[in-house]
Amino acid sequence: MGSRSFKEGLWTNHPIFRQLLGMCPTLAVTTTVLNGISMGLAVIFVLFFSSLVVSLLRKVVPYQVRIAVYTIIIATFVTIVDIFLKANFPQVSKALGPYVPLIIVNCIILGRCEAFASKNKLSLALLDALGMGVGFFWGLVALASVREILGQGTILGYRILPPSFNPLVVMILPPGAFLVLGSLVAIMNRLERVK
Amino acid sequence: MKELVLIFISTVLINNFVLTYFLGVCPFLGVSGRLSSAIGMGFSVIFVMTFASSIAWLVYHLILVKLNLIFLEYIVFILVIASLVQIVEMFVRKYSPPLYRALGIYLPLITTNCAILGCALFMVAKNYNFLEAVIYGFSAGLGFTIVLLIMAGIREELTYCQVPKVFRGAPITLITAGLLALCFMGFSGLIRA
Repeated sequence: MGSRSFKEGLWTNHPIFRQLLGMCPTLAVTTTVLNGISMGLAVIFVLFFSSLVVSLLRKVVPYQVRIAVYTIIIATFVTIVDIFLKANFPQVSKALGPYVPLIIVNCIILGRCEAFASKNKLSLALLDALGMGVGFFWGLVALASVREILGQGTILGYRILPPSFNPLVVMILPPGAFLVLGSLVAIMNRLERVK
Repeated sequence: MKELVLIFISTVLINNFVLTYFLGVCPFLGVSGRLSSAIGMGFSVIFVMTFASSIAWLVYHLILVKLNLIFLEYIVFILVIASLVQIVEMFVRKYSPPLYRALGIYLPLITTNCAILGCALFMVAKNYNFLEAVIYGFSAGLGFTIVLLIMAGIREELTYCQVPKVFRGAPITLITAGLLALCFMGFSGLIRA
């Protein structure tokens, strides 16, 4: 049971490629791999601690106000991440811009709190949060790698394609995000069918 | 006046919330399947966004800045939006049942629409005055609605097309959105910075 809820998020029920949740940070910050990694880590942190608190409070929170309570819990952790980034990594904070506070309305986090953490005991809730978080993380890194390689010919700032390669600037512009994500989802569908 | 017109045009067409900031992509993909539901969702968003932007401005400038509580910005904004959606829902149900029948099911979904929170955050970051904030909220909602309607129209046509199997559903929708974003980039020359 434990390992299954961990694997769900990593592959079978992947938050980005299967459930199409959390689209806004997925598409917006994946212009470079570094941004993808920072956003992924921020989401893992918020998801983990929100699931922890929600799971611990699951018998205390009245049913009618649960969504409001979960949102406030999530907003608290997002504020912590935002202040931490501003103080210690001002450049990352600047690159991610408004997409850090927008983690609050990332449907993955509220979705997991509501669908899983509020109904399961602490250990399972944490495993589920980690699975979904890591799944989201690798999804972001995959998308960002394709976009950075095709759009700038670099990965994490290191040039890997020869200078003669003419970068496809559209890949790091907004349309590229939609096109690459669409293709990646199609590839995932194909892989699933082969199995 | 000129400032307001510029904000309007740039928010609706050039910096469209869905296609350049990716705000509200989840409902954009979710309800753009049918034109009728797209219309309902679009008008609810215009309605809530205009109010959310104005009220968030008042709360931020009259309460948070005065009391030096800016670090509570996110928590307060999300509360404002959630309660606003509730109030709008109750108000519409009481005073305009036909409107409620049309928008009812879309209203609760709006709380988690990141475009609303994004609108409030951008409005603060851009340092708008009250009137500008109202116009900004309205035009952001209008931009969302226009793109949603275009997309719904395209997707209704798409159901008659032979799409390769692996691309059916989400992939073809995302790629269509990408092409639409490419088209909207053509507007970027409208205003010279």
